[in-house]
Amino acid sequence: MANNQFEKYSSIPQEKFAFAAQGTNIHDQKLDTKPIGYFRDAFNRFKKNKASLVAAIIILLLVVYAIIGPFCFDPAYQEAYKTEIMLKNFKELPPRLAFMKGTGIWDGSKVEELTRTQLYHYEGLTAELGHEVIVDVVGEHTVTDLFGNEKTLYDVRLDQYYKIGVITKTMTYADYKAIQDWQVENGIQVIFPWVDSTNCPIFTSVPDYWFKCDQRGNPVLDDEGNFIPAYAKTGKDDYNSTRLANDPANNGERGWDYSKRGGAAGAYNYTVRLSAYNYFIYKFGYEPSFAFGTDSSGYDIFSRLASGARFSFILAIIVSVINLTIGALYGAIEGYYGGVVDIAMERFSDILSGVPFTVVTVLFQLHLAAKVGVVGSLIFAFVLTGWIGMASRVRMQFYRFKNQEYVLAARTLGASDWRIIWKHIFPNSLGTIITGSILVIPGVIFSETSLSYLGIINLDSATMSSVGTMLSLGQKVMTSSPHVVLFPALFIALLEISFNLFGNGLRDAFNPSLRGSEE
Amino acid sequence: MYMFKYILKRIGLMLLTFMIIFTMCFVLVKLLPNRPADQFGKDKELIEMRREMLGYNKPIMEQYWIYLFGRTGYEIPLTDSNGNVQIDSTTGLPKTKMVFDESKIPEGVEGTKKTVGGIIRGYFGTSEALYLGRDVWEVFVEKVPYTVSLNLASILVSIPIGLALGIYAALKKNKWQDHVISTGVMIFVSVPSFIYAFLVQYLFYFKLGWFKPVVDATQGAFSWTFFSTAIPAILSMCFGTIAGFARYTRAELTEVLTSEFMLLARTKGLTKGQATLRHAMRNAMVPIFPMILGEFISIMSGSLIIENMFTIPGVGALYIGAIQAQPTPDYNFFMLLTGFYTFIGLAAGIVIDISYGIIDPRIRMGAR
Repeated sequence: MANNQFEKYSSIPQEKFAFAAQGTNIHDQKLDTKPIGYFRDAFNRFKKNKASLVAAIIILLLVVYAIIGPFCFDPAYQEAYKTEIMLKNFKELPPRLAFMKGTGIWDGSKVEELTRTQLYHYEGLTAELGHEVIVDVVGEHTVTDLFGNEKTLYDVRLDQYYKIGVITKTMTYADYKAIQDWQVENGIQVIFPWVDSTNCPIFTSVPDYWFKCDQRGNPVLDDEGNFIPAYAKTGKDDYNSTRLANDPANNGERGWDYSKRGGAAGAYNYTVRLSAYNYFIYKFGYEPSFAFGTDSSGYDIFSRLASGARFSFILAIIVSVINLTIGALYGAIEGYYGGVVDIAMERFSDILSGVPFTVVTVLFQLHLAAKVGVVGSLIFAFVLTGWIGMASRVRMQFYRFKNQEYVLAARTLGASDWRIIWKHIFPNSLGTIITGSILVIPGVIFSETSLSYLGIINLDSATMSSVGTMLSLGQKVMTSSPHVVLFPALFIALLEISFNLFGNGLRDAFNPSLRGSEE
Repeated sequence: MYMFKYILKRIGLMLLTFMIIFTMCFVLVKLLPNRPADQFGKDKELIEMRREMLGYNKPIMEQYWIYLFGRTGYEIPLTDSNGNVQIDSTTGLPKTKMVFDESKIPEGVEGTKKTVGGIIRGYFGTSEALYLGRDVWEVFVEKVPYTVSLNLASILVSIPIGLALGIYAALKKNKWQDHVISTGVMIFVSVPSFIYAFLVQYLFYFKLGWFKPVVDATQGAFSWTFFSTAIPAILSMCFGTIAGFARYTRAELTEVLTSEFMLLARTKGLTKGQATLRHAMRNAMVPIFPMILGEFISIMSGSLIIENMFTIPGVGALYIGAIQAQPTPDYNFFMLLTGFYTFIGLAAGIVIDISYGIIDPRIRMGAR
């Protein structure tokens, strides 16, 4: 075939040839395709790397969380937290989403092993407050104790939010009246009758007990197996609000006391039994429901973690930008001029890089924290040795490009050193620089987390926290409430993985020849 | 010969760098407010004496000189209020004390000239907060074995597993085995080690109950009791190191496996195993071996976080303890450990660089 074609065209007579564009100027044909720039090209390559793309999306979500999360922190809750001792009862609550109620996962419930007496306690709580404390009884088993007595234990799924139960609180008449008004308006009972401790001896230590019970807290039941109320019926309590359905006062008799009045005339104080859950609603206008649960001090983990994350991101970006600026300048001068300048500057950065990072941080904390604050001294510490990596990266790029022909051409045309550095060489090393400064971010976040975990830096306050501090606080309650440490740990793990994947993808995109190699 | 010269030059430079950093840190630490001696109840006079010995009332650079080389003074016998020489009840020798100011020697007493303290005599100061009254160096030497033993165990476990995983992944490149290993490595390299430590603690201590949540260090650093209780800590340290080795080995080996000499080796009749083991591995080891060596050097410094999490009485815990000591950080420990960490970091760098030249004759160190 090919041979035939060759023969076919081998003897074309000369007159058949003609000049293509005789008499006109010869132009190269314009390219039909659109020109693709450096960044467009890199972006096209980046898009093909699915793992990096997913990582980029995850990072974006985490950033959005860090931006929006802190605003989910109810300022009223935060403010009340400082004064209301009662909010400390809301500590170590498991995560709960309102719409997951009753599913057993993410609904704020936890399976606990209870004795019959403890089970009675929560059954009583359910009967009085109308909250389903016991979600379901998962199972029961019999154990033999040290003395050979058999007893039955129940595995019960308890709603930890309802489990807080009843708390006692002493308040002024104005506050007492305000709750009563609110009760009438909303039909939610917050105040429950005071208990006569002669009917239930355990009451004084556990305000949950409202029924007749023996010394050990086992209820005395009536013939139908119902709890018998042990409410107090003496004294005056200025109560004129929603009453329990079975309150004798509803039939015109002498009703139950809803508070214990104390203090002198004119300045009475009222000690009341409050449903902690309903009191929360009264206080803040919504049901308590913490998406990530609460920590060991009762803070909402969702918003607190977000504030820590936001701090980490901002710190990392600031450090990255400063490192980039110093590193690029230093590296450019080193790499461009070379020779003695390079050796001298290299020696300086060598010495600086020999100082261990923890030592730098500690010294800066001790020296500067009083003057510029913890955050300021932390930034100083990160910058002091952080720019060296960037500088050496830029220096390498400059060594690569400074002897190329186009630089020679520019110099021949009279370009100044400054112009050659920034206009001609620097843009060529931009890919490396961008990748480098992105990869600085997870490093900074990791260091910041470790330092605050170790307690070398302390950023904890009522309004913000750092991920490391949350981890170290969570570790202390890991046995009872693993969720306190879980969410910060998950956040940091996800962040580090995504940033590494993203950084690798970025490096491959900017510099395809490095694909697949490490470091 | 150039090799020897090169090593000497590097060590010289290292010592210079070390001295500059150490001096800087000393000055910075000395500028910090220290706890006044009269805050110490019964040890007050002892501490004042010790501080005088270290020249606390002198300019900082003079203090530094004393810190390095000790201070010359006069040793005089210690007398009680009646003028009788006190005798140490345990040794039976007369008690003595040091006086550094010649004018302060009481009349009629013969003082013997003597130089005391200084790093060159192994005296790094005395703890004033963390281990009140104890020699800093002594405490430090007690702690080092725990760190070394812990890290040694973790490295000895990590190296074979890491290398094996890396080699396997490289040989099965782009097959599912490689993808599984690479994904795992990616995850374990990225996630900070204290996250696994949480997981390990939660699983082994609380869920499975295999270990008691206390590391028993009473039987010494290299005893079985210590190892067996520290297994969770060792495990948490391993993950990251294994992943690091696996990633590095895989990257190096895949690069070597595609080179021309591998084709030659196969062409001349070697089996795949022989070619990989004798040719590819030897070349891939060139950058891996220094890395292993570097790890061995840094076993001394250990991991601050893991030691703190698992309450291991090592150097890291000592460092954190010294920083967080109340009411002021324990500066003497801080100086010693700063020097220690700096030295380990610099030494590891040198050893890595030099080992390149030793294991690969093609790399001519220091040659132009």
